[in-house]
Amino acid sequence: MAATGNPIRRATTGEMVGILIAAICSVMFLIIAGKTEHSGYAFHALVAMLSAFATIFLIGNRCFQPGPFPAPQEINGKPNYNMGPVKFATIAAMFWGIAGFTVGLIIALQLAFPVLNLDLPWTSFGRMRPLHTSAVIFAFGGNVLLATSFYVVQRTSRARLAGDLSPWFVVLGYNLFIVIAGTGYLLGITQGKEYAEPEWYADLWLTIVWVTYLLVFLATLGKRTEPHIYVANWFYLGFIVTIAVLHLGNNLAVPVSLLSPKSYIVWSGVQDAMFQWWYGHNAVGFFLTAGFLAIMYYFVPKRAGRPIYSYRLSIIHFWALIFLYIWAGPHHLHYTALPDWAQTLGMTFSIMLWMPSWGGMINGLMTLSGAWDKLRTDPVLRMMVVSLAFYGMSTFEGPLMSIKTVNALSHYTDWTIGHVHSGALGWVAYISFGAIYCLVPWLWNRKELYSLKLVNWHFWISTLGIVFYITAMWVSGILQGLMWRSYTALGFLEYSFIETVEAMHPFYVIRALGGALFLIGALIMVFNLWMTVRSGELAGSESDTSVSPQLSLAH
Amino acid sequence: MDATYQWLAGFAQSAGLLYFVGMFLVVCVYAFWPRNRARFERAALTPLQED
Repeated sequence: MAATGNPIRRATTGEMVGILIAAICSVMFLIIAGKTEHSGYAFHALVAMLSAFATIFLIGNRCFQPGPFPAPQEINGKPNYNMGPVKFATIAAMFWGIAGFTVGLIIALQLAFPVLNLDLPWTSFGRMRPLHTSAVIFAFGGNVLLATSFYVVQRTSRARLAGDLSPWFVVLGYNLFIVIAGTGYLLGITQGKEYAEPEWYADLWLTIVWVTYLLVFLATLGKRTEPHIYVANWFYLGFIVTIAVLHLGNNLAVPVSLLSPKSYIVWSGVQDAMFQWWYGHNAVGFFLTAGFLAIMYYFVPKRAGRPIYSYRLSIIHFWALIFLYIWAGPHHLHYTALPDWAQTLGMTFSIMLWMPSWGGMINGLMTLSGAWDKLRTDPVLRMMVVSLAFYGMSTFEGPLMSIKTVNALSHYTDWTIGHVHSGALGWVAYISFGAIYCLVPWLWNRKELYSLKLVNWHFWISTLGIVFYITAMWVSGILQGLMWRSYTALGFLEYSFIETVEAMHPFYVIRALGGALFLIGALIMVFNLWMTVRSGELAGSESDTSVSPQLSLAH
Repeated sequence: MDATYQWLAGFAQSAGLLYFVGMFLVVCVYAFWPRNRARFERAALTPLQED
């Protein structure tokens, strides 16, 4: 096979250690798969074993790759950015996005038409719902954060990503975690903690991946040639560190045995509830907010061609946000066994959060000051600006709902679902779409997107979908809450539970319609990105230097 | 046990207030310190000055 010369090189120490660890682990996984009595756990052990084999192959294969090794840090005086892992995470984000939106649509239809549960355990709402939430938050959102953080930290530090194998380990390892978590839910493996459903072994794996992620990020910042660490990196760092702390705190579980997927959490009673919602709310605050604010601080100025409105405000925004968010969790436990003062504390901090949230939104929006005309011509920028509007709306609604008297009406109703989706679809997904629309032409060295017209279609179809979704849930949620609390003159409850369910049916159908429109929009996006990579015009080498000669993963 | 709880809750509530207000003031002073102005203005241009 060798053409000219011998391209085969000796493996580095890191590669040898990687192969050795993978080889030892593959044997261990085989033993676990053979000895366990839990079929789902055996399946996961086999998936892990195959992943270990794949690791050995992928690392070994590197030794046969032509080209200079190790990859140079600079080429012609410019940083030789490592965009392979960024590309992988971008593709994975779109894949999981479509999967997650589709499952969301299915469970929305299941709520409206229960026959769609198919009377099978694997397709029942109870298993599909965590599949949906994890797929959209951790698989779609997580890959967007991996891709953009690795991109932004390199570009704003003007340094190549630290590490040789480790960036790939982070990206591939994270996606393996997603596969284990998602298939586990369908097979009935869960520890029953909302947004933290994966069992102990998946959690352990994620811990290893996440610590590596933190180290790669820090080491890249350490290599920077810029004196100042750009604010987007502060938000990414806040996100990575806090998620590590939350993940460890909320998953301190003792497994029954190495051969069982079951574990028991060390916290009990109301402490466990408090830990769960300390985790749960900060998954919103640091995963879905801080990480995506980092995207805003890089991609909005970049796309608008203007610096952020106020850098000083961004500093106050960062510190205020991270110091306040971490205390807001108790608002999930109003009127429970949690001490009253803790509930009030959660409510107070939630209300105070309004200020940094809106400060950040204003900072993003005002970046467009003097360039508002771009909203007319650039649908990508429009998507990001509308995401900020949704961010402002849902961070106004959130504090409102955390007030105990409002919560007495809204809690356990569809209002919460509507609120979550105005944040998740309007803010998180839109800023992600905007970032990916920017990233794909940069990464694949294309002049521009295949079609801005299709971006326009995506924007309007999915915006219509979001509006259907959240208005249906507002009406349904308040209706539900009011029906639950209405009494007859004699002091009896006026409605039975099933009557409230029946009353919500039309809104469930409208919600599913909204979800379908959102999914259609995302499919248009995938087509557009595919065509951009397939047939887009190559960017001139002078005009766009975001692409360096080493970027040769896909083509 | 109950007294410890009361004391701890009381301490968290009052010391927490001072701690947070203090932190906020420190951040504001840092952000608005006149000598930092040039640094931050330069930093704001980071995403636009790549390449």
